[in-house]
Amino acid sequence: MRNGCAGRNMEFAELIKTPRADNVVLHRPFYPAVEGTLCLTGHHLILSSRRQDNAEELWLLHSNIDSIEKRFVGSLGTIIIKCKDLRIIQLDIPGMEECLNIASSIEALSTLDSVTLMYPFFYRPMFEVVEDGWHSFLPEREFELLSSVTNEWRLSYVNKEFSVCPSYPPAVIVPKSIDDEALRRVATFRHGGRFPVLSYYHKKNGMVMMRSSQPLTGTNGRRCKEDSALINATLRAGKRGYIIDTRSLNVAQQARAKGGGFEQEVQYPQWRRIHKSVERYNILQESLIKLVEACNDQSHNMDRWLSKLEASNWLTHIKEILTAACLAAQCIDREGASVLVHGTEGTDSTLQITSLAQIILDPRCRTIRGFEALVEREWLQAGHPFQLRCAQSAYSNSKQKWESPVFFLFLDCVWQILRQFPCSFEFNEHFLVMLFEHAYASEFGTFLGNNESERCKLKLSQKTMSLWSWVNRHQEPSKFKNPLFEANSLVIWPSVAPQSLQLWEGVFLRWNRSSKFLDEAYEEMNNIIEYNKELQAKVNALRRQLAELETDDGMQESS
Amino acid sequence: MPVEVENVKLLDRYTNRKPANGTLYLTATHLIYVDASAEVRKETWILHHHIATVEKLPLTTSGCPLLIHCKNFRVAHFVIGHERDCHEVYTSLLKLSQPVKPEELYAFSYNPKMPKDNREIGWKLIDLKVDYQRMGIPNDFWEITDANKDYEVCNTYPPEIVVPKAASKATVLGSAKFRSRGRIPVLSYLYKENNAAICRCSQPLSGFSARCLEDEQMLQAIRQANPGSPFMYVVDTRPKLNAMANRAAGKGYENEDNYDNIHFKFIGIENIHVMRSSLQKLLEVCETKSPSMSDFLTGLENSGWLRHIKAIMDAGVFLAKAVKEEKASVLVHCSDGWDRTAQVCSLASLLLDPFYRTFKGLMVLIEKEWIAMGHKFSHRCGHLDGDLKEVSPVFTQFTECVWQLMQQFPCAFEFNERFLLEIHDHVYSCQFGNFLGTCYREREVLKIFEKTHSLWPFLLQKKQEFRNPLYKGFTAYKELKPNTLPFSFQFWCGMYNRFDKGMHPKQCVLDHLLNCMSQKMKLENNATDLENKLPFLDGPLPNEVCSLSKIVNASVESSKTPMLNTPQDYESEPPALLTNGAIVEEVDIMPDQDQKNKENFANHHDLPDLNSTMEVIESDAKKEKLQHQ
Repeated sequence: MRNGCAGRNMEFAELIKTPRADNVVLHRPFYPAVEGTLCLTGHHLILSSRRQDNAEELWLLHSNIDSIEKRFVGSLGTIIIKCKDLRIIQLDIPGMEECLNIASSIEALSTLDSVTLMYPFFYRPMFEVVEDGWHSFLPEREFELLSSVTNEWRLSYVNKEFSVCPSYPPAVIVPKSIDDEALRRVATFRHGGRFPVLSYYHKKNGMVMMRSSQPLTGTNGRRCKEDSALINATLRAGKRGYIIDTRSLNVAQQARAKGGGFEQEVQYPQWRRIHKSVERYNILQESLIKLVEACNDQSHNMDRWLSKLEASNWLTHIKEILTAACLAAQCIDREGASVLVHGTEGTDSTLQITSLAQIILDPRCRTIRGFEALVEREWLQAGHPFQLRCAQSAYSNSKQKWESPVFFLFLDCVWQILRQFPCSFEFNEHFLVMLFEHAYASEFGTFLGNNESERCKLKLSQKTMSLWSWVNRHQEPSKFKNPLFEANSLVIWPSVAPQSLQLWEGVFLRWNRSSKFLDEAYEEMNNIIEYNKELQAKVNALRRQLAELETDDGMQESS
Repeated sequence: MPVEVENVKLLDRYTNRKPANGTLYLTATHLIYVDASAEVRKETWILHHHIATVEKLPLTTSGCPLLIHCKNFRVAHFVIGHERDCHEVYTSLLKLSQPVKPEELYAFSYNPKMPKDNREIGWKLIDLKVDYQRMGIPNDFWEITDANKDYEVCNTYPPEIVVPKAASKATVLGSAKFRSRGRIPVLSYLYKENNAAICRCSQPLSGFSARCLEDEQMLQAIRQANPGSPFMYVVDTRPKLNAMANRAAGKGYENEDNYDNIHFKFIGIENIHVMRSSLQKLLEVCETKSPSMSDFLTGLENSGWLRHIKAIMDAGVFLAKAVKEEKASVLVHCSDGWDRTAQVCSLASLLLDPFYRTFKGLMVLIEKEWIAMGHKFSHRCGHLDGDLKEVSPVFTQFTECVWQLMQQFPCAFEFNERFLLEIHDHVYSCQFGNFLGTCYREREVLKIFEKTHSLWPFLLQKKQEFRNPLYKGFTAYKELKPNTLPFSFQFWCGMYNRFDKGMHPKQCVLDHLLNCMSQKMKLENNATDLENKLPFLDGPLPNEVCSLSKIVNASVESSKTPMLNTPQDYESEPPALLTNGAIVEEVDIMPDQDQKNKENFANHHDLPDLNSTMEVIESDAKKEKLQHQ
């Protein structure tokens, strides 16, 4: 999985002024300081100690570096590296020039402009690919699953050149009765061309969840009859549907001035609109920055900590997203109504809501493969702009509007549900943490680009490895499997009371306190369950043996 | 006396869900509510002793509301059809929940129908002498003395106390005169490995300048009982300001100059009044109807509750560290040495000694540091009608500290959270004699050993449900060094919102693992049975003795793992669209296993209110129309 220490990649040679430095001291959480040789390669920062056992070393992907700071005391330089996975490490480098060179190299290498220079394009896997993840969750396959339960939908390739909607995949699922021509017209009426498409089909009662972007009604109430025809096609005769707008009514009204808007009752009489405000953009990023700051400052007393936790608003966002997702799920499962979800662009809060509602409603999404399919469908193919949103993490200095931990919040919400239903998920917390890490920095191509169109142009499926190829390489034993899992086919309603929501320690406190005793508990739990499984298998085997012997006896007697 | 009122509604604390309708009964010991509207008959039992407050709220159209707050943090909101009935229930409950005479307490009438011998053996289950022996006492430095057998040293201490061997009777009696209420320094815990001891007492009557030679000798004797250390700590667990104020009343704290080689230190734990009002604020936050995240966190901060918990934990950690790492003895006191001192000493013992993290150990610890040393349970828990200013959640805080430790060290305790909750319940229930009265002497007068039962054997009977499946045994961890940074403390939903089941995880890992444990026993038996059977039939396991008599079919039933944790009732439940919290524990009158399982993962949720959202939308829409016109 690793490149050699020497600057193998010619492209980066000029960025690396000092490829190695000796007597560098590394400080990191939970480990004693270690001295060694620092090497810079095109994509990694490597520290190897001189110890023979090679135990103490650091391999850090440059793209994982969120920000760096340098300090000098005499000629001893110190570089503090803050990572996107929230870890903070410190390197003491003797020699001012070396230190400055290394710092500027790291800075340059961690902020490469061109995607094609990123590590996934250079990474060669050391594992055997059992199944190519790029083909694991094709829309055609998802559609096949749908076709087995309903024939009211079709797979449309109206967007195969990405000309109708640049952020949609080539194939989308739409009502059978709506032809491609109508889709093209609806696309002109929806922000960014994101016409309503199927997000989820609830087998239990045939209700559906659609998603789109806002309608472009503008101030003069522009309308589009194909648009209402499209969404009405999802309703049963005489039934009403719900439109969940992820903006407050106020924000939605203001959007009209910029050509956007929302569905007016008069034009959509069969739909009831509900506004559930979910925060977006850099407000979320600022929330993340504040939360991580609070977690990292160990000088706080209790009052200060609680007040910082509150002021970060992170848990408020968690509550608001989960509340909206529960609402969507309730409309479908309890009210027996179909739902359309959108905000403005339909690429952020919309996807949080539609994907979490599916976690609540659909047991398949709570399996490892099912969750991968969900991420693929509702995030990657649905055009969540990962590259923009995850460009920087909690130590961002740039504070660009487009940086936003939208996917991170989604994972946190999933963790909250997992905590409330610890036996309903096939995956465990490590799985979610792993996805968080890879969304921000990865050797795999999965989260590169902002949509399918960009991924296509980058030829990611030919030039990079899919994260799913790695995750699914072996079935057992997996460190991502939840030992408590017992498949259940039910809807799981999480509580959104503040008392029920917690700080995701596994991510936010990961580098701030030792998890030794919690890890031991997890291990112990695993052992208890594994032992029982083995016992059960043994009993079953013995029983079979006994039955065989008895039949043999019986046969002997009768013969 | 039995009161029976029909047509009583029980409101769901958080939701607009249709309230239960049923009958309310008052018996001599319990309030019982039988829900007649449910498909399955459900009962809610509330012990009169558990009732903290009863309030009659203003009359509403549906009847007369009666709000009951319990000491175990249950809140029950009844609506009674007729005002007169309501008033009758109200006045009865006021009387029943605040007995005046100790003889009226439940423990004196509680009769589990067991032989007299068993009852007596029950009281002998915990023997503090055995615990001192475990510490190696008596030894060269410490002795168990009956100096207090007639309570001439201190009337709130037990007859037998542990003091340094070097302290003469005159020293003991002299020191008693110089300590508030005669609560002289006695041993709480001896760390056998290095002879460092934790001792406890009350504040000295030092005023601004008073001294007492015997008291100084006493401290010297304690210090010298630990020859490994040249000094000892004297820890005053009060905030400095409070301790200084006490000097004006002729009390105060030790002057470092008057005692040889002591290191004096304040640890600012607040007094019982601050703690009482802090809990009050916390409970208000817990009871808030649909609070925002901000409301909750701000309320949690303003209550100061976790700040106090952290202060107690910090003090415990300081003590444990002094003993273990600095090898120094510590003398701890507050004002009277029966509240903060009890919290801190018992916590330090728990951190230092794995024994106290077992079932038996926690019982010993509570008997030793709380019951024997005169924590005034009766006053702090308000067992009898009395001064409300004496009530304070001191023991609750200790219980929470243990729970916080269990969160950080999930494999270090033999018992689980339910054990703590059960003990906490019984501290208030007055069903057992252990927590009655304020000190040993009072319990003798009350004849609790003759007239009541002890809680501990009763708890041990239910050991299976209280055990921690993750417990790694006595030797896995020695001393615990908890992280006391603020983020390491969590809000204890299981205690303060215990009866709001909708807020708790819907699937319980503990139940799952407990189930695994019993499953394991069955499977192991099955395997042995089968193996015994096989060799007889020429099987491949010749080491086993054959036993024909055992039949295998018993194993069939366990071959299918019960899905204990599957929320199977989500589907059958009436639309829970607009529901959220549950308020009461629901007891089935006919215990049916399935139903019981269902209760384990309550079916209530705190879901957003669709209707109220609608109302907002609709009114917004109307406004919008108006603007258009």
